Amino acid sequence: MSIDKTTVQKIASLARIKVTEDDLNYYAPQLQNILGWAEQLQEVNTDGVEPLLSVSEIACRLRPDVVTDGGKVEDILKNAPESVEGFFVVSKIVE
Amino acid sequence: MTNPLISLTITEALTGLKNKKFSATELVQAHIAQMNACDHMNAFITKTPDLALKMAGESDARIAKGEMRPLEGIPIAMKDLYCTKNIKTTAASQILKDFVPTYESTVSQKLLDAGTISVGKANLDEFAMGGSNTNSSFGPVENPWKSSKHLNKRLVSGGSSGGSAAAVAAGMALGSTGTDTGGSTRQPASFCGIVGVKPTYGRCSRWGIIAFASSLDQAGVFSKNVEDSALLLKTISGFDDKDSTSAQIDVPDFSALLKQDIKGLRVGIPKEYRVDGMPQEIIDVWEKGTKLLKDAGAIIVDVSLPHTKYAVPTYYIIAPSEASSNLARYDGVRYGMRVDGKDLQETYDLSRAAGFGAEVKRRIMIGTYCLSSGYYDAYYTKAQKVRRMIANDFKSAFEKCDVMLTPTAPSSAFAIGENDDDPIKMYLGDVFTIPASLAGLPGISVPGGLDSEGLPLGLQIIGKAWDEATMFRTAYALEQAIDFKDSPAMLKHGAT
Repeated sequence: MSIDKTTVQKIASLARIKVTEDDLNYYAPQLQNILGWAEQLQEVNTDGVEPLLSVSEIACRLRPDVVTDGGKVEDILKNAPESVEGFFVVSKIVE
Repeated sequence: MTNPLISLTITEALTGLKNKKFSATELVQAHIAQMNACDHMNAFITKTPDLALKMAGESDARIAKGEMRPLEGIPIAMKDLYCTKNIKTTAASQILKDFVPTYESTVSQKLLDAGTISVGKANLDEFAMGGSNTNSSFGPVENPWKSSKHLNKRLVSGGSSGGSAAAVAAGMALGSTGTDTGGSTRQPASFCGIVGVKPTYGRCSRWGIIAFASSLDQAGVFSKNVEDSALLLKTISGFDDKDSTSAQIDVPDFSALLKQDIKGLRVGIPKEYRVDGMPQEIIDVWEKGTKLLKDAGAIIVDVSLPHTKYAVPTYYIIAPSEASSNLARYDGVRYGMRVDGKDLQETYDLSRAAGFGAEVKRRIMIGTYCLSSGYYDAYYTKAQKVRRMIANDFKSAFEKCDVMLTPTAPSSAFAIGENDDDPIKMYLGDVFTIPASLAGLPGISVPGGLDSEGLPLGLQIIGKAWDEATMFRTAYALEQAIDFKDSPAMLKHGAT
């Protein structure tokens, strides 16, 4: 495993974070260190061990399929950077 | 001199209010005055004194009518990770710097219903990612304690719930809320010389708590003593339809059995927690705590948690992976900061670049890498498997004991800025708190003593799942035996 600047650039685009050349220089060695350090897990024999997805040993609850909430358009839009007539506004995505 | 009202415990304050020794308004005013006097500590992101005084007036009216609720008139601080209706909630991030929730989190609602009064929204590491509170985009929180050897050094409060811990330690609130993903309540409690609790995963609703790592996040509380923490935790616990991971399990009255003796209780000492390079002072405090519990009638049992050394790296794969997914919601569209780009993609990239701080970006990128195609099994699935082995270690060890006693943190509070350039060193600060988090178990930190610089060191008691009652009882016995009476020098000499 090697985290070079190209890899960081790729991760950053997957994560939708714009990075500068300075950022790449800053993060590449750090991510290399952290992920390299985390590789010690490979020395643990986990054959036949089920991954632990949740510590809560509760089965998912079912609830009646009824409307319990709603009609809160104003609330939902209140923190939107831009909204028009009940909709969020984003830049044009279809040419 | 400081106002004596800020030195009270919650239990004492409730008695005083009931007996009309002072009013809720006077009590809240005293804490607001202290909060203002401690502005240099930066414990709050948003202060809400006017609302607090209005609520105090309402509390006084209730007290006069004999309609006192369980925590009527008690001034608290609310970690700025809990959504509070019509009160700005930032998660200490620039991306949410103007976010005003239109709803109240379940935990903060329960505290409102019980009669508490929040004096403000407490500072934290951005999105609760950190153990120093130096990752807040609103600046670090200063610990009220000072090193006797370096009086001019400003020390960290610990984190991520640093503002909440400092507020209680410095008399700005009688109690406060934290959240705990890998130690974010217990570790700052240790650094600030107070009590901090993380309950069993599922004990409290996560609804309205801004998400970091959902399989680990839990609410938590801070107070000056164990009895107050039991009261606060009881208040915020319980099933909530709005959180699918909140448990339909009865909440016992944690206070009821608190003062019962601990004769015959089996206290486990996990040998793997004696890590290389641990300062002798911490071993001494741990051994002293062990002896005091033994003197109080407990049976000390050596136990083993063989996978302890893998807990921190496991956590630093799982928590960032969940964070990268949770924080995908900050897209500059529905809420939060937007920086417009030439198209939607660039708007995302620019908004997130401008809105998130360095540690948050670091963790999002680690998580993105661990979840990416080709690496998922090697990192994320592997970590989940090791997580099960760590949880199983606790299950086996708890067949031999009822609670465990460990140090809370491998150091006392360090200087602001000291470990900022060394992420792994910072991550290892949670070496004793992360294992219980991965296993979903409850933990409490109580002050264990002072180190050679006069700084507090905490002791952690880890309980079995859903058995916070025994954890509190042990913590109470330990607290009585240790009889920790120290407080920050600033409180002895007055804050101003």
